[in-house]
Amino acid sequence: MRLLLSLAVWFVLWEIVGQAKLSSIVPPFSAVIEAAIEIAPSEKFGKAAVISLRSFGLGMALALAVGIPLGVIMARVKGVGRILGMWVNIFVSAPISALVPILMVLIGIGEATVVVTVFLFAVFVITLDTQVGVTHADRSLVEMARSFGASPAQLYTKILFLSALPEILAGVRLGAIRGVKGVVIGQLLVAIIGVGELFEVYSNNFLMEEFWALVVMVFLFAFAVSEAIAALERRVEYYAASR
Amino acid sequence: MIVEVKNVAKTYENGVEALRDVNLAFPQGQLSTLLGPSGCGKTTLLKIIAGLIPRNAGEVLVKGKPVDGPGPERAFVFQDFALLPWASVLRNVAFGLELRGMEREKREEVARRYIAEVGLKGFEHRHPSQLSGGMRQRVGLARALTVDADIILMDEPFSSVDEQTRRKFQEDLLDLLRHHRKTVIFVTHSIEEAAYLSDQIVLLSPRPGTVSRVVNPNVDRNKTPDEIRRDRAYLDTVDEIWGILRQYV
Repeated sequence: MRLLLSLAVWFVLWEIVGQAKLSSIVPPFSAVIEAAIEIAPSEKFGKAAVISLRSFGLGMALALAVGIPLGVIMARVKGVGRILGMWVNIFVSAPISALVPILMVLIGIGEATVVVTVFLFAVFVITLDTQVGVTHADRSLVEMARSFGASPAQLYTKILFLSALPEILAGVRLGAIRGVKGVVIGQLLVAIIGVGELFEVYSNNFLMEEFWALVVMVFLFAFAVSEAIAALERRVEYYAASR
Repeated sequence: MIVEVKNVAKTYENGVEALRDVNLAFPQGQLSTLLGPSGCGKTTLLKIIAGLIPRNAGEVLVKGKPVDGPGPERAFVFQDFALLPWASVLRNVAFGLELRGMEREKREEVARRYIAEVGLKGFEHRHPSQLSGGMRQRVGLARALTVDADIILMDEPFSSVDEQTRRKFQEDLLDLLRHHRKTVIFVTHSIEEAAYLSDQIVLLSPRPGTVSRVVNPNVDRNKTPDEIRRDRAYLDTVDEIWGILRQYV
């Protein structure tokens, strides 16, 4: 409720600034919504959305497939944790965007570069949070499982992974938000595919209504992904509260 | 003698000598208590018997065979319960059997039986966070009984349970264990609890832990709980133990 109210205030303010024609790059909010309704069903937007979602999905899948196991290994094998820990920490805070031009040279100008960009944006925070979660897994649960004869595989699947799930999910949520940035930044720099291409077209031709409509839609998507994972987190937190 | 401890010593990596040359024997079907001031290494000794902590010297024999790790003939009840917070009471109790690969319906049937025995019938689908401390430890006890181990190792199981619950629990525990003919090794720092429950009380001296004395309270177990608490032998045992332990305090 409070969220809706704060959004409403923003939109009213936006509308007033737009109607006052203070700046040519800020059209009224109502015009932006009109543009959104107009471009959303268009074939061009549909294509761009499919390409962008595919890049996002592939990049995130890779980030999960690499990030979670890597985090677990870093937590369980002390040497690996020490050696890789420093690098993961550096890359978590590093401006990955600066690497995209290099990726373009290495991988080429296309979807693969965007997928790798999404992967690099998302993977490090997932690794880091998984490591923290597994490191802090309840030691007495581990001892309990051992005392009842758990095999190493059972220890990982039935205790460590589930114990670390709240932290892992937090990492996945942050990773997904970064992943959305990765798609947009990757496509903007590559500039010939997906939503990035549309951004280029709209801004070069000064189609501000369409440009802002696209911005709003990307925001909404990132927000929706983050909220979906947060809802999952809340369900897990319920059980984690008694740890 | 179902469990024998021979010349066991343990020094932790940080240099703390927890146990020195401990020799003990635990008779089958009896309840033995490890009693001593905090930091005397009683939990360390219990976990060495459980195979959860490696020892530096000596050996542990279970049914005459040396052991180096956990085994199906020993089950552990933890001080902090160690229940899976994401799993129901039913799954927690069946967890030992789940790890052994028993199929779901079978293990849940066994688990239900023990849940009823520890007095938690009707709570099968609750989660640990919805239970009181005493009830959580009943879940821990049911889990240990479910795997049908001959030896139950209990690490201060009642220390985080309030006094009234503890009394009731102690009485239930005696009943259950007598009924199932388990061998129990029990760690506690409560003299009354040791005298009330045990057939054999092992007194440990503080750091490094060594066996200071073994006391056999001749309390008649056929009496009712209230009679036992006024029994001469029970009261004498409490006094005797206090006489020995007060020098360490």
